[in-house]
Amino acid sequence: MSEHMLIRANNLSRYYGGHCAVDDISFELRAGDILGFLGPNGAGKSTTMQMLSGNLAPNAGEIAIDGIDLFDRPGAAKAALGYLPETPPLYKEMSVDEYLVYCAKLHRLNKSERKDAVELAKTRCGLTTSGKRLIGNLSKGFQQRVGIAQAIVHSPRVIILDEPTVGLDPIQIREIRELMVELGKTHGIILSTHILPEIEAVCNRVQIIHEGRLVYSAGLDELLRKQLSGQYELTLASPPPMNDLGAMKGFEHVEALGDNDFIVHTDIGAQALARRAVENGWGLSRLTPHERTLEQIFVDLTLGDKTGGAVHEDERA
Amino acid sequence: MIITIALRELRSMFLSPLAWTVLAVVQIVLAWTFLTQLDYFFALQKELATMQNAPGVTDLVAAPLLEVASIVLLMVTPLLTMRLISEERRNGTLSLLLSAPLSMTEIVLGKYLGIVLFLLIFVLMVALMPLSLLMGTQLDLGKLAAGVLGLSLLLSAFAAAGLLLSSLTTNPVIAAISSFGLLLLLWIVGRNSADAGDAFTYISILNHYVPMLRGIIDTADVAYFVLFIVTFLLLTIRQMDAQRLQI
Repeated sequence: MSEHMLIRANNLSRYYGGHCAVDDISFELRAGDILGFLGPNGAGKSTTMQMLSGNLAPNAGEIAIDGIDLFDRPGAAKAALGYLPETPPLYKEMSVDEYLVYCAKLHRLNKSERKDAVELAKTRCGLTTSGKRLIGNLSKGFQQRVGIAQAIVHSPRVIILDEPTVGLDPIQIREIRELMVELGKTHGIILSTHILPEIEAVCNRVQIIHEGRLVYSAGLDELLRKQLSGQYELTLASPPPMNDLGAMKGFEHVEALGDNDFIVHTDIGAQALARRAVENGWGLSRLTPHERTLEQIFVDLTLGDKTGGAVHEDERA
Repeated sequence: MIITIALRELRSMFLSPLAWTVLAVVQIVLAWTFLTQLDYFFALQKELATMQNAPGVTDLVAAPLLEVASIVLLMVTPLLTMRLISEERRNGTLSLLLSAPLSMTEIVLGKYLGIVLFLLIFVLMVALMPLSLLMGTQLDLGKLAAGVLGLSLLLSAFAAAGLLLSSLTTNPVIAAISSFGLLLLLWIVGRNSADAGDAFTYISILNHYVPMLRGIIDTADVAYFVLFIVTFLLLTIRQMDAQRLQI
């Protein structure tokens, strides 16, 4: 393990009474990673994040943050951590400035660092004009920003954000995403969400968690590469018989989606495929790469065991 | 760090109308008591003049005032301590403290110190009433100081018990009712106990407070309050640690 891990979680399990919320999850976060945690409601995302932030003790497993064990030296480990829970931990009766200064104090920033840290966090979260306002009087979106500001005010090495863009308008969402990409350059970020485009826009790694188990884990570039791995969807106005199509040279596998729609697995490339379709007079009207989007993977993994199983096989191949 | 948490706690209490209301109501009730005691003292003055070793103004005004204050605050303290932890848990703000580099001891002591500072404001305001008599007469300042110390210890003990019960629930009202019940029970438990040496007499808060109003500071009484406070604070810390496992 040459690379320095910001978070290392080993075999985490957590039970609520008899119900197993998180079941033997292990993963790592490297510096510069933005890891997206994806899962349906109740899958165990928030529980995992609460454990990572020290709010909840796991029943089994270990967590090390920035190389420091969270249970042996919680103080030192938490100093490297910024956490935004599902409901932002805001004191409604305080003003934004007071609150952020308080957060900076809790993280033991000294007086000279504090002012700059609060200003920087406010600038980053677009709160420069709301410093004097009471948190309770802010709109939900602005409260969310204060929550994010709270998580980054002490510039922690690891930032954990539990559904950071909930309740924001589309423009704010874009701003927050830009902020996360920017922060991701210097910090490690874990982000939980059930908004798929958000993961695609921001993260470079994705993990899908379902019923407390980690069912998918991959880099996003890996995911994109797989999409281009020689599967094409064809729409043909006058297709040849299915058998002929399957027997074509260079076609590994052909699936029929309907009378005129096919998925062809081939390594001859799109150009050659198009030429062949034209030469044979199939009446080619559409040729697109067959993409397995994150959404498809997500749906496959979380809906029904049959498709889920098939995807697992596919993933290993 | 403890101070930081305590001062925020104190500040936020003054930002809520509850603290001001409680301060005002208690002050009105106690001012009324003070005045009636003063009237009573004036009515008795002739007889007192003929007595030997007659009780002074400190005994007849200050001590009863402090006693009434303790009963009023027995009812009021649970209202102040109820939201200390339960509300933070309910609003989710507790996770701010839990994910900051703080030990559970620092969090609990910070909260406790915050509420004790607030209760000391009560003590100060109560003490100012008899002290105002210094303008016209002489007081037994030693006796008054003993009473004020007693009230401070008593309120600190109330706060520690209230803090524990606040950490047990997410509902402030349940926290208030249960701490009120606990304090009242500890107040009355030794009342009708026949022999002075039995355990109930020792447990009773009242039996450790009243001597101080008479100017007697017994180390056993002080130790009782210190042990009371330490026990409840330790239980709170343990409870908070255990809750990270349970919930």
